[in-house]
This record gives sequence, C-alpha cells and structure tokens, in this order.
Amino acid sequence: MNGLTFDIAHLLAGSLVLISFMMLYQDRLFALINVFALHAVVLALSVAWQAYIQDAHHLYITAAIALVFKAIVIPVGLHRIIQRLGIHRDIETAVGIGPTMLAGIGLVTLSMVLMLRVTPEADPLAREDLAFALSIILLGLLVMVTRRNAVSQVVGFMSLENGLVLAATGAKGMPLVVEISVAFSILIAFIVIGVFLFRIRERFDSVDIGALDDYRGERR
Amino acid sequence: MTGFSFDAVAAILFIPAGAAAILAAMPNYKMTALVNVIASLLTLLAALSLFVTDRPAPGQYLLVDDLNIVFIVLNTFVGFTTSVFSASYIAHELETGRLTAPNLRFYHAMYQIMMFGMNLAFVSNNIGLMWVAVELATLTTVLMVGIYRTHEALEAAWKYFILGSVGIALALFGTILVYMAAQPVVGEGTNAMVWSVLIEKAAHFDPALLSVAFIFLLLGYGTKVGLAPLHAWLPDAHAEGPTPISAVLSGLLLNVALYAVLRFKLLLAASPQAIGPGPLMVTMGLTSLIFAAFMLYRRRDIKRLFAYSSIEHMGIIVFAFGMGGPLANFAGLLHMVMHSLTKSAIFFAVGHIAQVKGTQKISEIRGLTESHPGLGWALVIGVVAIAGLPPLGIFMSEFLVVSSTFARHPWLAIPLVFGLLIAFGALLLRLTGLAFGEPRGGMAPVEASYVPMYSHLALVFAAGIYLPAPLVAWFQHVAGILG
Repeated sequence: MNGLTFDIAHLLAGSLVLISFMMLYQDRLFALINVFALHAVVLALSVAWQAYIQDAHHLYITAAIALVFKAIVIPVGLHRIIQRLGIHRDIETAVGIGPTMLAGIGLVTLSMVLMLRVTPEADPLAREDLAFALSIILLGLLVMVTRRNAVSQVVGFMSLENGLVLAATGAKGMPLVVEISVAFSILIAFIVIGVFLFRIRERFDSVDIGALDDYRGERR
Repeated sequence: MTGFSFDAVAAILFIPAGAAAILAAMPNYKMTALVNVIASLLTLLAALSLFVTDRPAPGQYLLVDDLNIVFIVLNTFVGFTTSVFSASYIAHELETGRLTAPNLRFYHAMYQIMMFGMNLAFVSNNIGLMWVAVELATLTTVLMVGIYRTHEALEAAWKYFILGSVGIALALFGTILVYMAAQPVVGEGTNAMVWSVLIEKAAHFDPALLSVAFIFLLLGYGTKVGLAPLHAWLPDAHAEGPTPISAVLSGLLLNVALYAVLRFKLLLAASPQAIGPGPLMVTMGLTSLIFAAFMLYRRRDIKRLFAYSSIEHMGIIVFAFGMGGPLANFAGLLHMVMHSLTKSAIFFAVGHIAQVKGTQKISEIRGLTESHPGLGWALVIGVVAIAGLPPLGIFMSEFLVVSSTFARHPWLAIPLVFGLLIAFGALLLRLTGLAFGEPRGGMAPVEASYVPMYSHLALVFAAGIYLPAPLVAWFQHVAGILG
C-alpha cells in the first residue's frame, strides 16, 4: 500500500476521533447535533475512501447511507423535534466538562494500548482503524453516560454506531457490512421515532431521563 | 442430505415468518389468537421432526447440530405453550380495555416475528447472521414491552432499548474482531464468519485478538442474558409488559443470548493460547446470583420478584457453563431447561393472578390457595420448584452444579451455596404471604388456562423424579461437545 492512501485513511479515521471529542464538550443541543452531522460526513468520506482503496463497491452504499441518512435526515429530524419540544436550552451534563475530557483521553489511550497490542500481525491500516474505532465507541458510550437528556443520549449512541461502521469497513472483505449498516439505520430510526412519540403522546413531561428515574423500579 | 430434512429447518423459519404476515393482515382478534397457537404448534412439530430426519450439512448460513437442537425444541415448546396461555390472557385484557383490537393484531404479528428471530439465531451458522437475528428478537420484544403505552411501560421499553442497543453494539464489535482474527487464516469473505469453519481453524487464530473479542461478546450478549451489572433493563421489561412476554423473555430470550455466548466460548476453547473463558463467566455468574438473591428481599411487585429470580438463575447457569467439564455442563444444560419450564409456568400463574386481583403488588395479594386454588397451588409448586426444593427438577440440577463445584473448586462452592440459600429464603418468605392466610384482593372466579402451567410443572416434577436414559445420554453428549 502506498503512503498517500494510508495517510488519507489515517487522517479521516483520526478526524473522527477528534470530532468525537468535540461532542464531549458541546453544551447546547443544536451544536451537539451539528457536530454529529459533521461526524457522519467524515464517516461517509472515510467509508468511501475504504471502498476506493479496497476496490469494494458495495461499501459505497454504506457511505451513501451514512451521508444521506445520518448526516442529513437524522440531524434535520432532530432539529425539528427539539424545536417542537422546546428544549433548545443548555444540556445538563451529569459530569463536568473537565473530568469528562480527562476520561475521554483515558479511554482513547486504553483503546490504543489494547488494540495495537493485540493486533501486531494484522494489516497496519485495519489495525489502526480498529484502534480508532474502539476509541470512537468508548467516547460514544461516554457521551451516553454523561448526558441526561434523551436526545443527546441518542446522539451518543449514533456516534458509537459510527465507530462500529468504521471498524466493519476497516476489516477487509467483511461480509454483511451493508446489511448491518441498514439494520442499524432502522434501529436508529426507531429510537428517534420513539423519542418523538414519547413526547407527542404527552406521556412524559420532559425528555430528561433524570425525571424518569423518579420511578425507581418499585411502586408502593 | 435429503430434501425433506432441509424442509424441517426451513419450516422452523418460514412458519413463524409466514404466520406473522398473515396475522398482521387479520382483522378478527379471536381468529388471530387461534392462528397464533396453530402456527406455534406447527413450528414445534417441525422442530421435533429434526430429531428423526437427517440433518442438512452445515451451509454458509444455517447449521443444525446436537447443541442447538436442544435449544430449538425448548424454544418452540415454550413458544407454543405461551401462545396457549396468551390466548386466554389477551381475551381478559381486551375485556378490561387495556388492549384494543388493533393492538392485538400488532401483538400477535410481533409474537411470531420474535419466534422467527429466536429460531434464526439458533440455527444460524454465521456469526453475522446470528447477531442480526438476536437484534431482531430484541427489537420485537422492546415493542411488545411498550404495548400498554403507560408511563411505566414506555420507560421500561426505553431503558430496555438503550441498554439493549449498547449491548448489541458491543456484541457487533466483538463479532468484527472475531472476523479480523479469522481473516488471515480463513481468507476474506463469508467463510471467515461461518461458525463451523471458524471452530475447525480456531487453533490458528491470533489468541490475543480472539480473547479481546470474547470479552466484548460476553459483555454484549451478557447484557441480554441479564448478567449483573448489565441487568438494569430486565426487571422493568418483565414487570411492565404483557405477562406472556415476561414468560418468553425469561424462558426463551435469555437463552438465545446465552446460546450465543456458548458458541463463542467453544471458539475460544479451541484456541489453546487464548484466555480461558471460564473464570470470566464464573465471576459474572456468581455476581449475578448473589446480587439478585439479595435484591429478592426488597421486591414489592410480584413480576419484578420473579424477574430478579431469573437473573439469579441465569447467574447459576452461566456459572455452571463457566466451570466447564462434562458434569458442570450437564448441570448447566439441565438447569437451563428446568428454569425455562418453571419460570414460564410461574409467569403463566402470575399473569392470571395479577388479572384477577387487579394489582401486581405483593402486599395486596394474600391467601391465593383459598381464593383461587388452581392458580394458588400452581404458584406454590412453581416457587417451590424455582427455590430448589426436592423432588423437583431444579433441585436436581442445582445439586449437580453444587456437587461438581465441590469436586473441583471447593472454595467456589461457598459463595454459590450462600447465594442459593439467600434466594431460597426470600422466595419462601414471599410465597407464604402470597399463597396462604386470609384471602385479600379480587375474589372473582377466573377463566385461566391451566393446561400450559400444569404441563410445565408436571415435566419439571417428572424430571426431578426420573430422567429418561435417552435424554440423559443426549445431554451428556451435548455437555461433552461444550467441553
């Protein structure tokens, strides 16, 4: 593999990790969603680049799904939901930004150390993709646990899923990648519709998960 | 491979899928319940025919072997009895107006899609396909948990959804890692995801990568098994959904996830330098057992009580499989079958009890054996069985787990027995309140379907007294495969 193709793949995957970090410190919902849209665009580029260098044309479909569905449809839908719900105020982060960033750095270090150590023989590109992908997955989990708002938890889950798509496309010749990305898109569509329905039916007074916790699993 | 034998596998998959399509289009709810029962019965018969017909050679996607036949037959059997129970349960829900006719169409179609997903997970030979099937089964149960659309039901569904999705994501990452480990040895493409190919060549895989993959798979599918500390979705989902769904969640869906873990455990066992899966599974199993045993004391909701009991028993089963060896695997397998039968029977009884009393609160239910002897005694037998008293089947499987532990790692038996006793105390404490004393709550006679619950309990009782030799031989053989 020549140096340039490797560098570009590396650049795109690294940018995804960086954008995941950007999500950690967004304290407004609209900003968070815009950063997520950027995440999805970079993912689409990265997948398309993999499709090009691996000469795997079916991966262009995955790239197109990422671009159209995750970078355009979902963010626009979420913008509308937030406006309808009137919750475009600050995100209440359950943990402060400083500790969250430190935890994020720790998680990225952990995934680098872990994945680079266990894959010494793998193809260098796939190996780094895997390490970046695990970082993105863990950062996505971190977004999910540090936010209390249902919409931002969904965004965290979607960024986590972007990491999975990156890992799947990096694994050369892996079958079912397109099918899995479609399955995940359906899953996400369900989640987003769920958030919307919860509110529309006026079952919950807010989409703040903290409020739901009042119901602790035991009724007297 | 004969043409007919392939049909059995196809039937297991296509009957539920076809029935789901028909049920979604049928307007009459009485007919839909009947069609649901018939479709489940046909699936059960197709599953039983696997015993007598030749098995198809493992393909790229589907596989039938001695291990998964046990799971498929158990799955379709409990699926059938639950559909019988569901018919009478649903009729009552319709009368009281908790569900409407369109809800029911949706419910029955989802029931069959869930059966399709679970059967597909069992017969899949492809780890990617297995992942998709488990996701499908989970999604349908999420939708059914939220079917009452109350605040609590929606919250339970949401929690289940988010935790289940995270579990799904981790399992997928583990699956990708297995592919990465297999790819240099097996080559690119579908073959590197075919389980029967993987198991043959697992010894040559990179052991470190395979070990990391297993940790992700155990955490991911373990969320679905309900292992502590990833169990948070389980009690809510059991308590707030319709009771037939609680029965299939406890009796079947947990087994599906467990089956996935077992398949990957085999893969790891075939690679000598990889980490041993045993200690991880033993730790998670024991944690779940002891945690759930203590949580049993604080339950006020009857369905939550038995949901925690499911966590406890899945802990025991994972512990047994983690111990490994022919005896512990045999015990784990037997315990899994007994637990599925007993727990679904208990949920059948609890479903009718909650309907007739109009509440799920333990404090408001008293003296069931007097007010509703049929249901009350079913509950008594079920709880006695699940608590592990002789002569019922669970006593025997728990005894085998404990004795095999004593034989090999005596110090591990201490926390195990401790957890069992704690849970035993909690269950009997709650049972005396529920079943005996002055009757309280609704006294109306109940149109219950007793056949499913008593047939399950009879099987559990019979297994406690006498296990037929062919069955023992079969289980021993499967336990041998599990290594």
